[in-house]
Amino acid sequence: MSNRILEVCGLSRIYGSGCPLCVESTGPENDTNICPHCGSVVAVHGVSFDLFRGEILGIIGESGSGKSSTVKMLYFDDTPTAGEAVFFDNGERHELFRQNAAQQRSLRNKRFGMVYQNPHLGLNFQVSAGGNIAERLLMSDLAHYGEIRRRAQELLLRTEVLPERMDQNPKTFSGGMQQRVQIAKALVTRPPLLFLDEVTTGLDLSVQAAILDLILEIQQELNTAMIVVTHDLGVIRLLAGRTLVMKHGRVVEAGLTDQILEDPQHAYTQRLVASSL
Amino acid sequence: MQPVLLVEGLAKEFFLHEQRKTIPSCSNVCLESRQGKLTAIVGPTGAGKSSVLKCIYRTYLPSAGRIMFRDRSGQSTDLARADEHQMLRLRQREVGFVTQFLNCLPRKSALDVVAEPLISAGVNRTAARTSAGDMLARLAVPERLWCVPPATFSGGEKQRVNLARGLISRPRLLLLDEPTASLDPGTTDLAVKLIETLKEDGVAMIAIFHQPDLVRRLADDVVELAPPMVVKDNNKECLS
Ligand SMILES: Nc1ncnc2c1ncn2[C@@H]1O[C@H](COP(=O)(O)OP(=O)(O)OP(=O)(O)O)[C@@H](O)[C@H]1O
Ligand SMILES: [Mg+2]
Ligand SMILES: [Zn+2]
Repeated sequence: MSNRILEVCGLSRIYGSGCPLCVESTGPENDTNICPHCGSVVAVHGVSFDLFRGEILGIIGESGSGKSSTVKMLYFDDTPTAGEAVFFDNGERHELFRQNAAQQRSLRNKRFGMVYQNPHLGLNFQVSAGGNIAERLLMSDLAHYGEIRRRAQELLLRTEVLPERMDQNPKTFSGGMQQRVQIAKALVTRPPLLFLDEVTTGLDLSVQAAILDLILEIQQELNTAMIVVTHDLGVIRLLAGRTLVMKHGRVVEAGLTDQILEDPQHAYTQRLVASSL
Repeated sequence: MQPVLLVEGLAKEFFLHEQRKTIPSCSNVCLESRQGKLTAIVGPTGAGKSSVLKCIYRTYLPSAGRIMFRDRSGQSTDLARADEHQMLRLRQREVGFVTQFLNCLPRKSALDVVAEPLISAGVNRTAARTSAGDMLARLAVPERLWCVPPATFSGGEKQRVNLARGLISRPRLLLLDEPTASLDPGTTDLAVKLIETLKEDGVAMIAIFHQPDLVRRLADDVVELAPPMVVKDNNKECLS
């Protein structure tokens, strides 16, 4: 049996009407992701990679390079204009972009998890922290009230949200605490694949460190495969075994994270690493 | 017996795009590493000693040469060409690297930092922590520090934690880059004893030592690297 959990091939997303010249007129060589002929944005083009069970893959790159767009498509928040992705789960093969809406929803609710930079995207601010987690468990077909409450408590405890906070609204929480609730919510169904988009950006350094620790501990406990999007080299250094470097929608370099940081090959990666020293 | 590692014609140079410069680091390096033996790499500063270790571990992408590694099952892999997943698997199970500096998570206690390689290799947490304590004790790290994160440790304490972590899982091949550089003579002796027991256990080691007497005490083989060559300037080639 292969260890592969995800295989992404030629993933692309163009915003706008598109024209035959979009791809050749954009990218790192042209130093833009906007087609000069039709004005469309080539947000992602030809992104291919694979991911193994329990592996953490980093995606790094400057603002607008297409990192978030890439994970959004895999989580079905957005639809690609081209490309394939196969998710391997319990011996089954799911072609992500050929599934109907119900199948996609089911994967999203039960087998994938997402933690957004913006807690408003991941949390429902109408209900309590515990309610947020219950919501996700209900969507994954768990209906027993006591069991839901127990699982929610367990996960909040695991992500170090104080028990008395369980029945409070996350609106009143600090940024770091909101991220913990998001992480608890994403993990409560024990998904084998988790996407994290800039989850520590904007938080205090000490809070960042605690959240990164938590992510790594959980990854070791649950063997969750993760795709970690960030523009912070320190985050991938601590979390990711392998890293993709993106620029203007393309992957310009991929490799072991320590190699990317200590022996970057592409001119862009060299600049990125040099500027962070 | 066949060597665990056979390096032939290894070279590494860095191309810096911004400056359009090629910087040679090491060239035509040949060495062998055998079970239970320690190969020391010696040479002047800038001769590329660390680069050789980093190429073997694939922190650097080798520019030329072959790095044939024979794993526990007897299969040979050229580490210069192995894919990244293969490399990650080998790092987890067969090839260890003790660098000069400790890179770890801020909240983890010293004990957990040391136990981590065993845990990720599938050993249960309690057993892993017991051997971690044993390693720390053998390197005379005071017990009161075991449950403290190493971030605030002194240079020598950090280095001992780093050594304990690198030595705990008894990899098939262990790379050591100045593992005792910031230790006092007493703790250096403890580290030497530990390295000797690893040799007895059959671990193949390639090491760079700061102190020449350690080479004499521990090395079965010595590979000397030539001083660095002159920098190639691609700008000049472009102008002429
Ligand atoms: N819905 C949209 N409509 C039009 N353009 C979009 C849309 N979403 C993203 N883009 C564009 O696609 C490109 C890639 O955006 P994306 O959000 O993936 O970048 P990113 O790498 O995540 O950046 P950041 O680090 O700032 O989060 C950008 O140029 C962005 O403006
Ligand atoms: Mg983004
Ligand atoms: Zn166009």
